[in-house]
Amino acid sequence: MRRRLQTRLGTGLAALAVALLAVAFWSDRPVHANAGDAVDYASPLEVLLSPDGARLYVLCQQSEEVRVLDAASFAVIKNIAVGRVPRGFSLSPDGGRLFVTNSWDDTLSVIDTSTLAVAATWPVGAEPSSVVEDRAGKRLFVANRISSDVAVLDAQTGVEEKRLLAGRGSSYLTLSPGGSRIYATHIYPNPPRVRTEQDNRTAPESEITVIDAARAVVVDRIPLHRIAGVFHVAISADGRLGVVSEYHPKNLIPLAHLEHGGAFAYTITVFGADVGKASVEVPLDELERYASQPFGVAIAPDKSRIYVTSGGSEMVTVVDVPRLLRFIHTHNGPFVQDLSASANYVAARIAVGRNPRGLTLTRDGRRLFVANRMEDTISVIDTRTNRVASTITLAGPKTLSVLRKGEQAFYTARYSFQGQIGCSSCHIDSTFDGITWDLEPDGFGRDIVANKMLEGVKDTEPYKWTGTNPDIPTECGPRTEKYFWRSETFDNLTLTDLAAYIRSLEPRPNRWRLANGEQTPAQERGQELFTRSVDKFGKPIDEHNRCSYCHSGPKGTNQKISDVGTRKPTDNTGLLKAVPLTEIALIAPYLHDGSARTLEEIWTVYNPEDKHGRTNDLTKDELNDLIEYLRTR
Amino acid sequence: MKKLCMIALLLVASAAASAAPAASAPKATAGTEASQGAQAPSAPPQVAAPQVLPRYRFENFTTANGLPDNHVFSVLVDGDRIWAGTENGLAVYENHAWRTYSTQDGLAHRAVLSLALDKRTGDVWAGTMAGLSRISGGRIDTYTQLNSGLSNDVVYGVSVEGENVWVATAAGACRLNTRTGQWTLYNERNTPMVEIWVYAVSAAPDKVYYAVWGSGLLEYTQKTGRWDKYEDPDGENEIVLFKDQGLIHEIVTSVSYVENIVWAATYFGASRYDGRYWHNFLTKDSGLPSNFINSIKGVDGNRAWFCTDKGLAYYDGVNWAVYRPSLKDGKPEMTVRDAQGKVTPVAVTTAPAHNYVLGIDFQGSDIWVATAKGLSHGIRQPQ
Repeated sequence: MRRRLQTRLGTGLAALAVALLAVAFWSDRPVHANAGDAVDYASPLEVLLSPDGARLYVLCQQSEEVRVLDAASFAVIKNIAVGRVPRGFSLSPDGGRLFVTNSWDDTLSVIDTSTLAVAATWPVGAEPSSVVEDRAGKRLFVANRISSDVAVLDAQTGVEEKRLLAGRGSSYLTLSPGGSRIYATHIYPNPPRVRTEQDNRTAPESEITVIDAARAVVVDRIPLHRIAGVFHVAISADGRLGVVSEYHPKNLIPLAHLEHGGAFAYTITVFGADVGKASVEVPLDELERYASQPFGVAIAPDKSRIYVTSGGSEMVTVVDVPRLLRFIHTHNGPFVQDLSASANYVAARIAVGRNPRGLTLTRDGRRLFVANRMEDTISVIDTRTNRVASTITLAGPKTLSVLRKGEQAFYTARYSFQGQIGCSSCHIDSTFDGITWDLEPDGFGRDIVANKMLEGVKDTEPYKWTGTNPDIPTECGPRTEKYFWRSETFDNLTLTDLAAYIRSLEPRPNRWRLANGEQTPAQERGQELFTRSVDKFGKPIDEHNRCSYCHSGPKGTNQKISDVGTRKPTDNTGLLKAVPLTEIALIAPYLHDGSARTLEEIWTVYNPEDKHGRTNDLTKDELNDLIEYLRTR
Repeated sequence: MKKLCMIALLLVASAAASAAPAASAPKATAGTEASQGAQAPSAPPQVAAPQVLPRYRFENFTTANGLPDNHVFSVLVDGDRIWAGTENGLAVYENHAWRTYSTQDGLAHRAVLSLALDKRTGDVWAGTMAGLSRISGGRIDTYTQLNSGLSNDVVYGVSVEGENVWVATAAGACRLNTRTGQWTLYNERNTPMVEIWVYAVSAAPDKVYYAVWGSGLLEYTQKTGRWDKYEDPDGENEIVLFKDQGLIHEIVTSVSYVENIVWAATYFGASRYDGRYWHNFLTKDSGLPSNFINSIKGVDGNRAWFCTDKGLAYYDGVNWAVYRPSLKDGKPEMTVRDAQGKVTPVAVTTAPAHNYVLGIDFQGSDIWVATAKGLSHGIRQPQ
């Protein structure tokens, strides 16, 4: 991909870019491209302005580059190729370096902004997703999504000093304007702190991790109760107000309807001295209209406004800060269930492009740039009028491929009742959400199910834990229409696109496999246990009770239904499909209902009769070996 | 035959040890401030030096002034914060007030047996009677034998080195790599460990030492991954045939590795090992108040603190000091024993909360002492 891009660049980048780039207002829907088109969409995910406001940096996730635009004319200055699937970027405080986290090859690109060339590429942690440099230029902080930590690096050499424990799915960072604190958020909920019999039905808990930038230690964790999915975090220029965007799932009640925010509340949490309390959560939604999937947040330089993008609702919500503070100071919460609350502080809702994500304000706060990821555009909003003044169209294919259309359908909330949810409400970034749900069709309180990873789902049918959906179109079509949307569902063409997109989701690189393709001794031992046919006492293990029987094949599933002894009193059946092992290390909690918090618990707690494989003859170190092997799947 | 050879070798080693040069003179301060400069490994000092042993004014904390329980199993100094592992929760003393973490906060168990600080991150690791807890920025994550690769829920010891957390449990030792999440278990199947009741661990970049009940002292070399074992040359005999011939006893309760010197405690005396020579300490030939030693902590290669069932002892390389409530009348007591064995009482007005001492840590020149009836802050007094 990069080679192709470089070739393109080498054959007349400037002329091509100028030709392709235009300042345009909303245009008609592009025509559909043929299925299977190989195209490089830009998919702008984040935007930044240089300190002098002259340049607009656009992080393009799919074309894997940073596009540098003139912030006045929007002309392309340069496209800079970076690593695989870049997810986050930030400027050094002096603007001299631009750091890019490449989430799929675990590297950090260091771009010299004077030459607009990659000066260094440093190896970092597992799935780096965001980066900030401290004021002193001494340290870099990198949020690693898979290892759920924040790595501390030497800012000059990239050598890692240590890692700080962050929330699960550590993803977004911001440096306080004064430079003393770094705030970190995470996209999956933390495991429950206290073990209970109802672990799979505890409310999700998240946090804002507060790091002392000078000492590089965690000094506080601001709890976010009942939150699963926290995204951008912003701090006001005076350091007195912080805000995060987040999802508030209603997963502890049956998902019986979408009315009145039945599935989600989409909220922000504000914190800091201005708030006067540890934190306050307020909804962005209003009655019969939802701010689905909030992502980017920015605070106006004068602290008059908070801007929040909603990827599913395809809009920017403008929050009047003085009104918000007045509201939370004069009313007693919680506010999250109150769909009338937002009327007290939402000043405007601005429609932008498809799947808006990152956003950035000019230093005077008069213009707001919004990256529309699924449309390859940047909306330029005049903050005085709260209207889209112009739209920058990024270079890319003129037509929409099947996969692109499917991805658009996946991320939008426009198909659901009152626009409340999209596929990506639960499958964050096309993955999962780490929580369990009570889906109504099985009966209230029946068949609690854990949400699962979509990557690698191709060719693992039947779907649903009970295997009752024969294929993805059935899973995403009638089932979705009936039980989720409560509204018109996708038309057949869109459903085909969506299924094609879901089938295209390849597993991310496995971080537990050795680079040379070999196995560690523990992984080797674990694989032997996985494939064994005789137990520790020399007794043959029934074929159906071997790990490698149900979890056979390249994806670790024989796609058959069986009873592994995990049925709960609330389950309608104990017959379950063998779950694929793809990315099994990432997708806790485990078992159909999420009752096993860790891989270990599948066998130490929930396999008393050896129905889920013969495992009770194993020693603790052998079970550890088995798990080390499973992590490589 | 094997044993005879060993005895012969040990006799040679013992003779060599007695001919070894004396160590440098003891330093003036008793706490960690004195452990800054690295010292070469050396045999224990054999000559007396003028020494004023440290005196303390002890302030004692009990349930009467904020501790959740008077049974204090472990203590950890974390800058201005003091962590106390008690029988009823993990207490932290900060800004002159105690706060207690309980199982409701996610702590693995109310009885906290061991504590370790990750100095790089500030995270505290707590070994409990039912799992290992990580306290990070106020959040507690707990690892148990059911939800993780932890070898056993009874965690007697924990030590942090780099990205690894080394754990001593009632069913073997283990290591958690905090970066990868991988657990590696060490037990009778892959180490020279015979008994798997592991009492304590001390980890450093070059070596990791495990104190194993009934199985001596285990040494893991980080570079090679090799395990070595140090045992009592007298085997399971409850006698010491020859002085300084090896580890004093198989039942090792505590270990502290500092400046390339191993300090090992047993219920039958203590040992110091410099990589070649052993020097053992018994009540009969040292200032130890008891051979029953719960915990040991080296200040540096020459100095160490001994937590016994009959008081707290300090060894400065030549002289000994004992701090305790008198065994006779409970009144505060401090005694000093010089190199010639002369014991001199020192007039004091305070003593540790109890003479059954379980742990110690240093805060500059001050000490914090875990006892069976409270936590004591030894405030160094000018002399």
